[in-house]
Amino acid sequence: MFRLEKRPEPSRLWTWGTPVLAVVATMIVGGLLFAAMGKDPLLAIRAIFWDPLFGPNASYFRPQLLVKAGPLILIAIGLSFGFRAAIWNIGAEGQYIIGALAGAGVALAAYPAENPLIFPAMVVAGALGGFLWGLIPALLRVRFGTNEILVSLMLVYVAENILSYMAHGPMKNPQGYGFPGSRNLQQYPSAHNAEVIAGTGLHWGVLTALAAVVLGYVLLNRHLFGFQIRVAGQAPRAARFAGINPNRLAALCLGGSGALAGLAGIFEVSGPGGQITDAFNVGYGFTAIIVAFLGRLHPFGILLAGLLMALTYIGGETAQLVVGLPAAAIQAFQGMLLFFLLAFDLLTHYRIRRRRITA
Amino acid sequence: MTDLLRIEGISKSYPGVKANDDVSFTIGAGRIHALLGENGAGKSTLVKMIYGLVRPDNGRMEMRGAPYQPSEPRAARGMGVAMVFQHFSLFNALSVAENVALGMDNPPAMRDLARRIREVSEGYGLPLDPTRIVGDLSAGERQRIEILRCLLQDPKLLIMDEPTSVLTPQEVMILFGTLRQLAAEGTSILYISHKLEEIRSLCGDATILRHGKVVGSCNPRATSARAMAELMVGATLRAPARGASTPGKAALEVSDLTLPATHPFGTTLRGINMTVRQGEVFGIGGVAGNGQDELLLALSGEVRSAAGAVRVLGKPVGDRDVNSRRRAGLVTAPEERLGHAAVPEMSLTENALLSGAVRKGLARRGFIDWNAAQGWAAEIIAAFDVRTRGTATPAGALSGGNLQKFVIGREILQKPAVIIVNQPTWGVDAAAAAFIRQALLDLAAEGAAVVVISQDIDEILEIADSFAALNEGRLSPPRPVAGLTLDQIGLMLGGAHGTQPAEPDALHSAHLASEQEDPHVPT
Repeated sequence: MFRLEKRPEPSRLWTWGTPVLAVVATMIVGGLLFAAMGKDPLLAIRAIFWDPLFGPNASYFRPQLLVKAGPLILIAIGLSFGFRAAIWNIGAEGQYIIGALAGAGVALAAYPAENPLIFPAMVVAGALGGFLWGLIPALLRVRFGTNEILVSLMLVYVAENILSYMAHGPMKNPQGYGFPGSRNLQQYPSAHNAEVIAGTGLHWGVLTALAAVVLGYVLLNRHLFGFQIRVAGQAPRAARFAGINPNRLAALCLGGSGALAGLAGIFEVSGPGGQITDAFNVGYGFTAIIVAFLGRLHPFGILLAGLLMALTYIGGETAQLVVGLPAAAIQAFQGMLLFFLLAFDLLTHYRIRRRRITA
Repeated sequence: MTDLLRIEGISKSYPGVKANDDVSFTIGAGRIHALLGENGAGKSTLVKMIYGLVRPDNGRMEMRGAPYQPSEPRAARGMGVAMVFQHFSLFNALSVAENVALGMDNPPAMRDLARRIREVSEGYGLPLDPTRIVGDLSAGERQRIEILRCLLQDPKLLIMDEPTSVLTPQEVMILFGTLRQLAAEGTSILYISHKLEEIRSLCGDATILRHGKVVGSCNPRATSARAMAELMVGATLRAPARGASTPGKAALEVSDLTLPATHPFGTTLRGINMTVRQGEVFGIGGVAGNGQDELLLALSGEVRSAAGAVRVLGKPVGDRDVNSRRRAGLVTAPEERLGHAAVPEMSLTENALLSGAVRKGLARRGFIDWNAAQGWAAEIIAAFDVRTRGTATPAGALSGGNLQKFVIGREILQKPAVIIVNQPTWGVDAAAAAFIRQALLDLAAEGAAVVVISQDIDEILEIADSFAALNEGRLSPPRPVAGLTLDQIGLMLGGAHGTQPAEPDALHSAHLASEQEDPHVPT
């Protein structure tokens, strides 16, 4: 028989080994799932992981990788700070929407004026919108002791309804022939978040995400704020002893992660998305939660996890086309990744020993 | 009176400590027998042996004349011994009946069990609805479940470990009614406590333990609380290890500090007044749960009060946060090492930064100087002889004594004007305890004001200049330790509020009186 034995210290090897193991296990079990559905598992796995990078149409897919990974990484970096402090912002999707609405609002109000300050103003408005939306669960938590998981999650649905209202009402394109949705910001030069290097997918949001990775690393390892976050997450009473104000920390974490989600929203709507429609959000805010944990809440880990997750998104689409997999199977595949990661996490804190059978 | 349980010459040693040393006593059938002693006196070890959780090294036990050697709690239960622990082991999400069933060796069908719970609980004046979810119950009601678990097994001996520490006064009255009824029906009760007045009202016999030995037995109804406190604390008064110093100006002034309890089992601090001078060691004694934790949090700044309630070197800091108070010169070492004074998963360097960042200047504009932090951790390790592999070791990997040396050293080496320590040597081996006490004395000699909150009266008498007792959130007026008698300590700990300091001559003569032989100490 086997039994689990707690390690005296968490294993460094397995801290970084489990994500790899989780990816491999996801491939195997996912492959079995695809086979059970009557599809060729090897072909499907290849379509997801290989074709977008090195397949015949890779030149189209590679820029898409950055376009998809950018918002995931940006949001996940913000979430990871709160998660380390045991402050659970599950509502990044809502903050992403509100950020996009606030930034797009600035652009649509300025239309058709051309001014180099419009885009920066949109970015600030987007961050502010996400920040304030994230602050709502923080204030309710501090003031009334509500659970920020529930409040932030429910605010996603509020934000979705606001989005829908805006797309059909105040932000509707007056020259849009009655179709819902705003003007296309891609056709408004002062507001367009164009690619910095054409054809690479590298827009300002991707650069911001990369900057957030570096900044997050510095903050986490060199700054008192990162230290306080780690203390608060591991020992709340010790955090008070260290002079950390838990209310302030909750507000900073929820507001800060909201601001980054809002940034992701404004870069998306002014760039790849182009316009406010009621189908604007595609779940980046939720997938970023998986990315944050897959990356071990570590900035560079999140960078890699964000790229991997983007790959499964794009690869999932190719698999739908090439192999004919249903979208639900791809979502199950992505969910498996988090499931296996959490399951294998056991190995970080425990080791498996063979039990001697005693007479 | 027939004997139910005889204990003869029981001893039990753990590495470095003799928890029980040649303990003998007898519990009569249908008697409520008190087991008295300070923390660490060996009460818990003794009852664990009776309940089969620990095996004695030497000695024998007899149940109704037959040898009694339980190898596990199940065997003890089979012999009619049941125990209600201080800490409940209940599942909040399950109902009362389900929790009771989980604790039984052979649970009956749920419907029968629910009926039995109703019958027994009402029969003993402890009404309980078997279908309620435990998470919704009060501490008193949860304790009833634990007691019911025992009563359903029809015990001959019921062991209760500090049962009233979580109860309201009304719940205590109900509990005592139940215990008296049980005793009248012939069940013996072994009642562990250090609350003297409770024992006087409830128990017919008492055995007193100190440092693992039986130091006396008495009839609590005919013995004063003071006399029992003397037996608990020890008959010898140790002189402070250093000569009288000349105290400087007031370093810590607490005036009329009143704070409501922050959680349901917390203690309200009521009008605390104290002044600690430079060079003075101020000891605060008292039984756990009388406001020690709350007082430390109020002084450290983790809980804030009115500005003028706490002053450091004359500066009001009562409304300031932890780090402002550190800047003003006040540092603290909380009782709970892991999780409060230190983060278990974090390295010693990170833990050194935890409270030292402000006074040691380990961060500039919020950016941490890790080299300086590591040097500071290494300094603590060297100066306080912390046995560890290095500064990268997680705090949780250190032994209790070594971590306590690190925690106390971290505060002392900041050269504070005021230091407040709560239970500085709790669970620490004798050598480390002596080291920590000496370090506190040395810091006082350099001119710091030192406040030691401790349940260990011996410790306070050894190092403190002044002594005050904390009782139900009130602090007694302080008295000089020199010339303080055990009578007076007993009265102060027992909560005799408003006693005026006696004249020095009177103190001296009372001290002499207490050194006369006590009639209750067995020869």
